[in-house]
Amino acid sequence: MTESINHLEKIKKSLSRRNRAEKRFRWYGRTAIFIGLAAVLVLFTDIVNKGHGAFRITYIELEVTYDQDRIGVNNFTDPKELTRGNWEALSKTALRTEFTYVSGRSDKRELYGLISSGAGFDLKDRLLENPLLLGETERVWLLADDDIDTYYKSWLDGDTYSARMSAKQLEWIDELHQQGKIRLQFNSNLFTRGDSREPEQAGIRGAVMGSLLTLILTLLLSFPIGVSAAIYLEEFAPRNRWTDFIEVNINNLAAVPSIIFGLLGLAIFINFFHVPRSVPIVGGLVLTLMTLPTIIITSRAAIKSVPPSIREAALGMGASKYQTVLHHVLPLSLPGMLTGAIIGMAQALGESAPLLMIGMVAFIVDIPGGFSDPATVLPVQIFLWADSPERAFIEKTSAAIMILLSFLIVMNTVAVWLRKRLERRW
Amino acid sequence: MTQLASADKKKRANTAKPTAMKSLEVEGHEATVGEVFTENPKMTMRNVNVYYDDKQAIHDVSIDIAKNEVIAMIGPSGCGKSTFLRSLNRMNDTVDICRVEGEICMDGENLYAPKLDVVELRARVGMVFQKPNPFPKSIYENVAYGPKIHGLADTRVDLDEIVENSLRKASLWEEVKERLHQGGTGLSGGQQQRLCIARAIAVSPEVILMDEPCSALDPIATAKIEELIEELSENFTIAIVTHSMQQAARVSHRTAYFHLGRLIEVNPTEQVFTMPEHQLTEAYITGRFG
Repeated sequence: MTESINHLEKIKKSLSRRNRAEKRFRWYGRTAIFIGLAAVLVLFTDIVNKGHGAFRITYIELEVTYDQDRIGVNNFTDPKELTRGNWEALSKTALRTEFTYVSGRSDKRELYGLISSGAGFDLKDRLLENPLLLGETERVWLLADDDIDTYYKSWLDGDTYSARMSAKQLEWIDELHQQGKIRLQFNSNLFTRGDSREPEQAGIRGAVMGSLLTLILTLLLSFPIGVSAAIYLEEFAPRNRWTDFIEVNINNLAAVPSIIFGLLGLAIFINFFHVPRSVPIVGGLVLTLMTLPTIIITSRAAIKSVPPSIREAALGMGASKYQTVLHHVLPLSLPGMLTGAIIGMAQALGESAPLLMIGMVAFIVDIPGGFSDPATVLPVQIFLWADSPERAFIEKTSAAIMILLSFLIVMNTVAVWLRKRLERRW
Repeated sequence: MTQLASADKKKRANTAKPTAMKSLEVEGHEATVGEVFTENPKMTMRNVNVYYDDKQAIHDVSIDIAKNEVIAMIGPSGCGKSTFLRSLNRMNDTVDICRVEGEICMDGENLYAPKLDVVELRARVGMVFQKPNPFPKSIYENVAYGPKIHGLADTRVDLDEIVENSLRKASLWEEVKERLHQGGTGLSGGQQQRLCIARAIAVSPEVILMDEPCSALDPIATAKIEELIEELSENFTIAIVTHSMQQAARVSHRTAYFHLGRLIEVNPTEQVFTMPEHQLTEAYITGRFG
């Protein structure tokens, strides 16, 4: 009797110790999750803080006269003559009519510095769209230079940055501001243009198109190849040393640093097969190599998760192996395979290192229209902008990161949704 | 054949030793006792040995299964009755390490002949598994799957007819006719198992193998399946593996008793449960082990 009481005492004692241990463990878990979430939150607020400015950009309103003599073009249908036209003269004249008191060479140069060097071409596009404007005068909002943009935004925020501004320029901006002739507008250039040396004209359209083309190729190549390989290895291949060897090596490939795949692509696709460099074809091929192990591994896991009783049922009905796989295993494992593919694609979308090796890091202004046009991709564009000295590229870099992250979040959400949607229970 | 048998004997001398030491009773066992062979056999098995790698699971089993009979296979766990059943429609082929030796014939045709296609064989020898395993598709699709892959129905109407008949034969039609296009996995366990039986008989097999078909079911569902087996025996030859001796006694015409991979006794069911010939059978049915 006393012994049993002793036992109870012991159990009671250990009970409080065990409960404490459990409580501690729960708190460890909560702390870990809190740290993770806090890190993500800090990262996101930092990026959004830095990047939100890039979605608006400074415009200056000027009175532009479309003077044919100044442009120096006689025939507006001849593309050769159009490129030779002196379009900058339009914006420069407009500046001089706005600030009639400015004289002297260096003062004028500073004055011209208010407007983006590409503003003349914007006026050209506007004129070609509305030929009736020729000889007319109108008030137009013109893109400001990136230094003006940086200064004006920082001044509006109350944290003025005027290091790259002259005293006169500061006066002129003040004058324009008082007349309401300078303002921030939605920066549509960011979404419609390719890269540029001038931050105010640079956009991510080229990089987004490059990423899209590269990813389409990657998906088209890696999904069928990866799924076929997974099905063969899982359902048809005999279990022997060769398949073990292949399996180990696929797992190893998944852990190879991505830049190695870039080197491989450089050596094989570019140097041996002479695929042109910097194009989405070679980018897609390299990213296919990189994504394949991920897709094979997730697809095999998806196939493995199909209960063997389903296979037995089909085989027992007299279905051939192929029919069993096609009618039962594949439909049941497809959600898992698709999830794996999307996660692989998200990985490929965020990859920059292997693409640096195959020349997709080039400065490309034109927006790629096909798989064989030189292109760059979003993460590489971020890398390029982060590397640029102009201050206005800081916010552009963060904006590009925001856009890349939103793509990734969308893709991962689709993956989760797909899994929930297609998941079957048995 | 004779060569094969002698080779088997040698092998048995090597591999069977450890098993034999575990159970001295089996040591003296030479041949199966009882009515092993029948006049009108549907399937004949001669000197069947089954190995998993180098472990022998079935030792030299010979038995006939008569046309339209229900034969029950009973025995303690791990005695190889399921393994034996699965070698009758070559489901063991799916296990890489499994090897079957000896002769298994249906209507005089060797099932392990190299030119025989397992797809055809499994259409002739259907199987119902321990755990109900309907496809995660509609009830209709489940039953229609076999006829579809074997091309048994030319038109949609034919297929509908096959599905209805199969479900009727499996006494499931009345319960599911209103919801043929709902998921088969939404049925109760007993209904699922009857769906699996309907699926198996939809391709009109000659033999149906049942591997403990009621072990996952409650007594009412079990009773329904047993009733069904009796009805089915009019048209099909049925081999059923069961853990329940009562079930064997209720549904089968003959009973085969397996012990440690050997077939000990085959006799009409009544005799097995009232006057077993072999002492091991007696020990098992009286509950001394198992």
